[in-house]
Amino acid sequence: MNRESASVAAPSVEMLGVCKRFGPVRANEDVNLTVTAGHVHGIVGENGAGKSTLMSILYGYYEADQGELRVDGQRRTIASPSDAIKAGVGMVHQHFMLVENLTVVENVMLGAEGGWHLQRGRRQVRDALARLEQDYGLEIDPDARIDELAVGLRQRVEILKALYRGARILILDEPTGVLTPQETAKLFDILGALKQQGVTTLLITHKLREIMTVTDRVSVMRGGRLVADRDTADTSQSELAELMVGRKVLLTLDKAPATPGEDALIVDALSQRDRHGVARVDRVSFCLRRGEILGVAGVSGNGQSELLEVLSGMRPVSSGRFSLPGIQVDADRQTDPARLRSLGLAHVPEDRHRCGMVGSFAAAETAILGHQAQPQFNGHLLSRGRAIRRHCAQLMSSFDVRPPNPLLRSAAFSGGNQQKLILAREMETRPRVLLVGQPTRGVDIGAIEFIHRKLVALRDAGAGILLVSVELEEILSLSDRIVVMFEGRIVGEVAASQADEQLLGLMMANAHTPDSATVRVA
Amino acid sequence: MSRAAGVLPFWVDVLLIPLLNIGLAFLVSGLVIVTIGENPLEAVRLMVYGAFGYEEAIGYTLYYATNFIFTGLAVAVAFHAGLFNIGGEGQAYIGGLGLGLVCLATDQTLPFALIVPLMVLSSALFGLLWALVPGYLQAYRGSHVVITTIMFNFIASALMVYLMVNVLIEPGSMSPESRSFAESAWIPSLHGVLAMAGTHITPSPANVSLLWALVCCVFVWLFIWHSRWGYAVRTVGSNESAARYAGINTRRVVVFTMCVSGALAGFVALNEIGGVHHRLLLNFTAGYGFTGIAVSLMGRNHPLGIVLASLLFGALYQGGAELAFEVPTITRDLVVVIQGLVILFSGALAYMLRPLFERIWLQLSQPAAVTTDA
Repeated sequence: MNRESASVAAPSVEMLGVCKRFGPVRANEDVNLTVTAGHVHGIVGENGAGKSTLMSILYGYYEADQGELRVDGQRRTIASPSDAIKAGVGMVHQHFMLVENLTVVENVMLGAEGGWHLQRGRRQVRDALARLEQDYGLEIDPDARIDELAVGLRQRVEILKALYRGARILILDEPTGVLTPQETAKLFDILGALKQQGVTTLLITHKLREIMTVTDRVSVMRGGRLVADRDTADTSQSELAELMVGRKVLLTLDKAPATPGEDALIVDALSQRDRHGVARVDRVSFCLRRGEILGVAGVSGNGQSELLEVLSGMRPVSSGRFSLPGIQVDADRQTDPARLRSLGLAHVPEDRHRCGMVGSFAAAETAILGHQAQPQFNGHLLSRGRAIRRHCAQLMSSFDVRPPNPLLRSAAFSGGNQQKLILAREMETRPRVLLVGQPTRGVDIGAIEFIHRKLVALRDAGAGILLVSVELEEILSLSDRIVVMFEGRIVGEVAASQADEQLLGLMMANAHTPDSATVRVA
Repeated sequence: MSRAAGVLPFWVDVLLIPLLNIGLAFLVSGLVIVTIGENPLEAVRLMVYGAFGYEEAIGYTLYYATNFIFTGLAVAVAFHAGLFNIGGEGQAYIGGLGLGLVCLATDQTLPFALIVPLMVLSSALFGLLWALVPGYLQAYRGSHVVITTIMFNFIASALMVYLMVNVLIEPGSMSPESRSFAESAWIPSLHGVLAMAGTHITPSPANVSLLWALVCCVFVWLFIWHSRWGYAVRTVGSNESAARYAGINTRRVVVFTMCVSGALAGFVALNEIGGVHHRLLLNFTAGYGFTGIAVSLMGRNHPLGIVLASLLFGALYQGGAELAFEVPTITRDLVVVIQGLVILFSGALAYMLRPLFERIWLQLSQPAAVTTDA
């Protein structure tokens, strides 16, 4: 551990022998992290590898049980976020900590108002924002209200907040999860400008491509330990993936070309309006055939969630229609999830905690959600507990859910295992149509690979799969055709073979109508 | 990465902490008794003796406990669907009306074996109807069930006064009570049943309704945890969007659950009117519906917990009455204070001690974790 000699100046962050336990769980175990001043330092690892815990220790949310923390060469005790701010550490959270109905200026000064007279604080913030804009190219309208700003700009406000408080070390927790590729590129430009000014950045992410593009050095965490440090120039995505998972991982998916069959789901000018009359889904038309995966790309919040909920029967149709063999649904003939399920439609919801499971239920009970009325699980009066548990054990073994314990509370499983259980429940019914939202959100790399293979296998078995995802890589690697949604409408359709991230990114921002690339499937 | 949730072992959660909460309540009650110059230990002794010391005392305790089991179950069933049924009081009251009407109409003509099932059905049906309306309003009109059930308590009360004073009063009587039922419409008392079996105990109001209450506990347990309807109820209560996702008709479940809840509350009438008073009268519910909320809370909405909590509250009622009778300076109001403290500590402050115990437990379990890993 003689890395200090490598750089002349003191490292901006050193964490030495850091341990943190939560009860019997060892979240961090003897972690030694050294971050060179002025570097962009990536930290990668699967969910539960301990990245967030480590950063929470650095930012003062948790105190380490053991170990030493040094900032700019000086030993520090960081017991709370305000200690961290004093030490020059700032953090941008994955979920923004902004007050939506206040302006940029008000948000930046929140908690640093500088006395009871707000006017002075406001002026200070304004001056500071102007200065920061000059130094780092962080342009923003100081009087805009947060809820008027696009996601990328909100994130910029978070960065400004940290810098305004004097942060010289910036922690970014999964910063690109909600951004379009163009916004991501802009963020990376900003990181470059920050680096020029000597700001050190710690970037937590699970996207290896971003690590390769933007970082100088990268640390890999696995099972609470820091298992490797690499100079980014000397490593590769596949090496990092292997280090994260602890075994070889296939990053590309082998799949045969689709052989689309008959129509499985026909959607015709379908609209869904919310209580205020705003069209969340706006005259959407497409046709999904058996044996193909149709990807729906788009920045989160552009109607994909509502589309899935309408097609699964959870929301009513406002106008237009959709049909699958055995049923046609329109504004006069609504349906419900139970009926659609009985016609061979399965649905893996986008947000598994909100819809897909009941956290307090045993896994076996979550494993019959939506199928609770089926005769094989019910006697005349009482439900058949043994059949329910056996069913769950079968799902668990075919989808490798760990631990394979049907009686364990659903919430006690890790995100990946919860998702595998839900996918198992929906896919093992051999559906004709599968609606999948964000199949790998919050799921670690090893499980992603597994889930993707299962989805392709289901396609090859003749199911039509509608895949909604905000991960472009996922859309590109799984889909046979891709449609892009923007503000509730479908703004374009391309064959997967002709799509790339650049094109999709432009379509997602509705900045490009890819006439030349459009392949309309009749 | 996330904090380990639910770290406490089962027995700490459901046994140790509730017992400590009750202990704290008695400690504070003891302080109150000391301040009025009485001996708190003597008070405890009198209370325990008054609740369990002799056959009649036990009979009274069981009789009160029967009411609490019914109202506690009513609250618990609604709670599993995420509904807070404050209307147990009114549902029990109206259940009594149903039972009373059936008894008054049939006690001269029908035999005991036919009247008793009719009594069970009528009390359940009337309680059910009184909960159906708030349930419907909640499910289809969005009026909050807490508000409407409270309102329905008042409506029930006013309705009963009107009926008792103007319609059902025994002609020539000064007090607003119906005529007494014939013995064919009496729920048999426990001492009566035991006497038939050859065992003689001191007469008390405890009656066969207690057994029905225990049967209801089993029914509720099977219903909530071992039937598809209970599955739907719990899904709606724990995660409504998941219920919609699963194709469960959440509105129908809300109405249905309120009906089951109201029927259970209606059974209080079996114990009170059918088992003890043998005539329809005012205010026989005496707050049992409200105490049911505390009972359910303390019993963690589980039938077994509800039985135990009902026994505790039965003992508090009976022992408290005895205490007020024996010690003149301890008035009935002070007994209510003690009952209130128990409700406060075991209900409202139920989770006060939890964080402390979680910290202690983590401290205790950490060295263990290290040694198993090493």
